[in-house]
Amino acid sequence: MIEKIKPLRKSQFAPEDAPQDAQQPACPHPHLPGPDAGCKLCRIEVDKLTVSFGAQTPLKDVSLHIHCGELTALIGTNGAGKTTLLRALLGQIEYTGTIRHLTSDGRPAADLRTGYVPQQLEFDRSSPVTVMDFMAGSLSRRPVFLGVSKKTRERVLAALERTHCAQLADRALGALSGGELQRVLLALALTPQPDLLILDEPVSGVDQNGLETFYQTVDELKRRNHMAILLVSHDLSVVERYADRVVLMQGTVIKQGSPEVVFDSPEFEQVFYAKGGRA
Amino acid sequence: METLYAIMDTLLPFEWLSYTFMKNALLAMLLITPLFGLLGTMAVDNKMAFFSDALGHSALTGIAIGVVLGWENQMAAMLIFGILWAVLITYVKHNSKMSADTIISVFSSTSIALGLVVLSRGGAFAKYSSVLVGDVLSITQADLVALALTLAVALIAWLALFNPLMITSINSPLARSRGIRSRLTEYGFTILVAVAVMVSIRWVGVMLINSLLILPAAASRNVARNAAGYMRLSVLISMACGVCGLALSYYLDTSAGAAVVLLCAAVYFATLPLRRK
Repeated sequence: MIEKIKPLRKSQFAPEDAPQDAQQPACPHPHLPGPDAGCKLCRIEVDKLTVSFGAQTPLKDVSLHIHCGELTALIGTNGAGKTTLLRALLGQIEYTGTIRHLTSDGRPAADLRTGYVPQQLEFDRSSPVTVMDFMAGSLSRRPVFLGVSKKTRERVLAALERTHCAQLADRALGALSGGELQRVLLALALTPQPDLLILDEPVSGVDQNGLETFYQTVDELKRRNHMAILLVSHDLSVVERYADRVVLMQGTVIKQGSPEVVFDSPEFEQVFYAKGGRA
Repeated sequence: METLYAIMDTLLPFEWLSYTFMKNALLAMLLITPLFGLLGTMAVDNKMAFFSDALGHSALTGIAIGVVLGWENQMAAMLIFGILWAVLITYVKHNSKMSADTIISVFSSTSIALGLVVLSRGGAFAKYSSVLVGDVLSITQADLVALALTLAVALIAWLALFNPLMITSINSPLARSRGIRSRLTEYGFTILVAVAVMVSIRWVGVMLINSLLILPAAASRNVARNAAGYMRLSVLISMACGVCGLALSYYLDTSAGAAVVLLCAAVYFATLPLRRK
């Protein structure tokens, strides 16, 4: 099943990581049952990705792998290039290097679906747009001002139900709390079912309770649906608890591996100044 | 057209509608106001009030360019210049680090000054002053046909643009992650606004055109609870104020555009206390 896997290129910044990856099956659960659980995409290989804006190079030679069924966390200080990397993965900025989407047998995966939950949504909160309008406008072509069809309404409610927020459907988007809004955005990112879910500091400014429920939902989704999840977060305690792999960035990848490996590394200490400083 | 007038005489036997120019003005109102009611909602949502103001001012330059080129057809010059100007402002806004309001202000002042310099040469500006306040009574049947066509095209474009615009107005990277071409949508919308402004500006006037775009939507926002209500109410307020304003201007013998805008403002202030906290 996995004989076509190519040996993975060693990252110069993470020498201990590559052999471990090369030995394990590329996709641990290639044939999970259920319509959502197929393993079309198995991993995303980012190789020597560089992003330049004029004279600035916010990202240089980034190489990393993101696996299905795992939550990969990007950590680093402000300006470390985390969001730039996300934007490259989303195809919203130009880059050099390669981003390959591969199936379990190492072939290019077709039709990668990416779900994206943005960082704090800054929008006009006085706009009379309901959660239903917002979701229906994203999921259906029918202009929302003509009203939402019954079929679309059901689809939206089902999507909201996945993140336990169907009761918010007819509330105004601008009237939601930070935590509620992130659940709605997560529901949208999960519809249609993505292969890769990108969470860009999804819960900054959300209270502790909202934060826990949010990550429990994400964790549940990871287990059930076997999707690859990429999380950018400044909250290292969340990263420690929920991440399977951690990538420490500072303009490039300076350390990657399991949370323990990264958190106990000298590179981590150097970036965050305190040994084992798990904020 | 005669049939239409006859129908209007039967259905609306009012003194102010007994003249053909008033009938034309009413028809024009019924074509312009729904268009502005619709476009206004997204102009407000996308924080484009200042942008549309600048577009209105650029009509002066459009006319000026027409004059310099010796074009008979002012409308063509205004349309071409308006669209180019709208696209240029949007392009610079996206590709510059300066804040949007500074950029729009620079463009707006440039176009007013350029228009005035050309049109006021040799003290000839009086000829064009009607563009400033508008004259809905001078509308002709050919103008009505042009307005009807614009409304039809705009409605079709609106059906395609509304959802992408709404999502883009909430969050542009999110919209793009869902396959929405948000830049293209935005350009499409700015062109639509430019066309709507240019075809209506002679009747509504440079000074008031922006109010007609923004006020009905702003008033509707005070009351509406969802996107469908927002849109319907904006169109309704716009049309009702258009018709009532026209009638009012007849009896008060004053500028129609100003009367319409004043009514829209009255609706805005009346609905302000109903705002959702």
